[in-house]
Amino acid sequence: MRRAWRVARALLGSQYALMLEYRAEIALWALSGVLPLIMLGVWSGSGAGAAAGLTPQQLSHYFLAAFVVRQFTVVWLIHVFEEDALQGRLSPLLLQPLSPLWRYLASHFSEQATRVPFVVLMLVVVGLAAPGVLWWPSAGALLLGALAILAAFLLRFLLQVIVTTLCFWSERAAALDRLLLIPYLFLSGLVAPLDTFPPAVRRLALATPFPWMVDFPARLLAGEPVNAALGFGAIAAWCLVLLPMAHLLWRAGLRRYSAMGA
Amino acid sequence: MRPPLIRDIRRYARSLRCFWGTSLAAELEYPLNAAIELVSVLGNLAGSLFVLQLLFAGGPSLGGWSWSGALVVLGLYTLLDGFTTCLLQPNLSRIVNHVQTGTLDYVLLKPIDSQFWLSARTVSPWGLPAMAAGLGLIGWALAQAGPGAAAGLRSPGAVLLALALLLAALVILYSLWFVLAALSIWFVKVWNATEVLRYTLVAGRYPISAYPPALRLLFTFVLPVAFLTTVPAEALLGRGSALWAVGSLVVALLCLAGSRLLWRFAQRFYTSASS
Repeated sequence: MRRAWRVARALLGSQYALMLEYRAEIALWALSGVLPLIMLGVWSGSGAGAAAGLTPQQLSHYFLAAFVVRQFTVVWLIHVFEEDALQGRLSPLLLQPLSPLWRYLASHFSEQATRVPFVVLMLVVVGLAAPGVLWWPSAGALLLGALAILAAFLLRFLLQVIVTTLCFWSERAAALDRLLLIPYLFLSGLVAPLDTFPPAVRRLALATPFPWMVDFPARLLAGEPVNAALGFGAIAAWCLVLLPMAHLLWRAGLRRYSAMGA
Repeated sequence: MRPPLIRDIRRYARSLRCFWGTSLAAELEYPLNAAIELVSVLGNLAGSLFVLQLLFAGGPSLGGWSWSGALVVLGLYTLLDGFTTCLLQPNLSRIVNHVQTGTLDYVLLKPIDSQFWLSARTVSPWGLPAMAAGLGLIGWALAQAGPGAAAGLRSPGAVLLALALLLAALVILYSLWFVLAALSIWFVKVWNATEVLRYTLVAGRYPISAYPPALRLLFTFVLPVAFLTTVPAEALLGRGSALWAVGSLVVALLCLAGSRLLWRFAQRFYTSASS
C-alpha cells in the first residue's frame, strides 16, 4: 500500500511536470474540443430542441456540461503508445517492475490537470459572449458529475487499452480507433441530446457503452433528473466486461512484442 | 528553346507524377486501410444524416434552408473532408516532423519550390471514398431539390460560377491548413494545430445561417467556414449572390497570398534542429 502511494506520487508528479512543458499544445487540444459548443449554436437556432420538449436553458446547460465532460474524458493513449512501440521506447518501460499502462494513466490524469485553466478560460469566453448561459451547479450535482466524469474517463481508457493492444499485431491500429470514434461521436450525446433520439435508436444507443461516456455525466452536471445508480452501475458493468479482455489481450500482445527499432 | 514558364510547368508536372506514383504505391501496401476508410466514410455519413434529421424535427427548415439544401451543404463538407484526407492531411501534418528532426534542411535545399514540395509530396487514395460520397450526396440532393434548383444550373455561366466557388473553397481550406502547419517553425510541437482546424471546421456541416449571429460573424470573418460550404452550396442551388461570390474569390486569393508570404517569412526564423 505504501509502495503504491509512493509510486503514484512519483508518477503523477513527474508526468505533471512533463505536461506543463507542453501547455501550449494542451491549450490547442482543449480548443479542439469545441464541438459541443458548435452544436449548441446549431441546436439553439433550430426548433428541434423545443419539439423534443427541451427548453433553451436545458439545451444550453446540457451542451455546456457535455463540453466539460468531453474535455476531461479525452483519451489519446493509442497515439502515444503506437509511437512508443514503433520507435522502440516501449522496451525500457517494459523492464520496469510496473506495467507501462500505469504510467500512461498517470500522464492522462496530469494532462487533465494541466487542461483545467484552459477549460475555465474557454468557459469565461463563452460566458462573456453569451451572458446568462453559465450557471453554478448544486454541490450534489457537481460532486456526482465529477465522479461520473472520472468513471466515464476510466471506461474510455479501458476501451482504448483494448484497441491499443492491437498495436502489437498491426502497424495501423490507430485507424481502428478512428472507426470506434464514429459511434462515440453520434451515439454518446456529444452532438445531440439522447432525449431527441427516436425511441428505437435511443434504446439501441443505451445498449452500447457510449451514452454513459457523455450523456450520463453531462446530465448529472446539468442538474437533469438522472438515475445515478443505473448510470454508475452501467459503467461498472461495462468495465467488468472490458477488464478481463484488456488483461488477456495485453498479455498475449506482450508475448508477441519483438522490440521494433530497439 | 521553350519559354521558361512552360519549362517550369512541365518540370513541376513531371515531379508531381513521380511524387504521387511513389506515394500511391506505398499506400497500396496497406489494403486493409481501404476497407477501414470505406466503413468510416459510410458511418460518418450515416451519423451526419441522422443528426441533420434530428435537427429538422422541429420544423421544415434549418436557418432558412430546406432539407435538400442542407444536404448539399453536407455533401460539400464531405467532399472537402475527402480532399483533406487525400492531400492536406498527409502532406501538411508532416511539416512539424521535418522541423522537429531537422529534415526540413533537405527540403529547403532541393531545386524545387519548398512550399510546393511540402504541399504536394504525397497523396493518399483513402480520401477518395469520401469525395465520391460527397459528390453523390450533392447530386442526389440537387435532384431532390426539384426543377427550380436544376434550372439554376442549366446555363454554363452558373456551372462555371459554382465550380469557381468550389475551387475558391479548396484554396481557402488549403491556405488555412498550410498557415497552421507553417506555424510549427516557431512552435515546434504543434502537430495538434491542424487537428484543431479539423474539429472546428466541422461547423461547415451546417449552413452558416443556422448559427446565432455572433458565431456567424466568427465563421465568416475569422475562420471563413462560410466560404467553404455555404457559399458554393448557394451557387449550386441557383441562388448565389454576386457579393458573396466576389467575396469568396477575394478571400481565396488573400488566403493563398497570405500563406505564401507567411512561408517566406517563416523561413527566416528556421534555424534547423540541434544547431
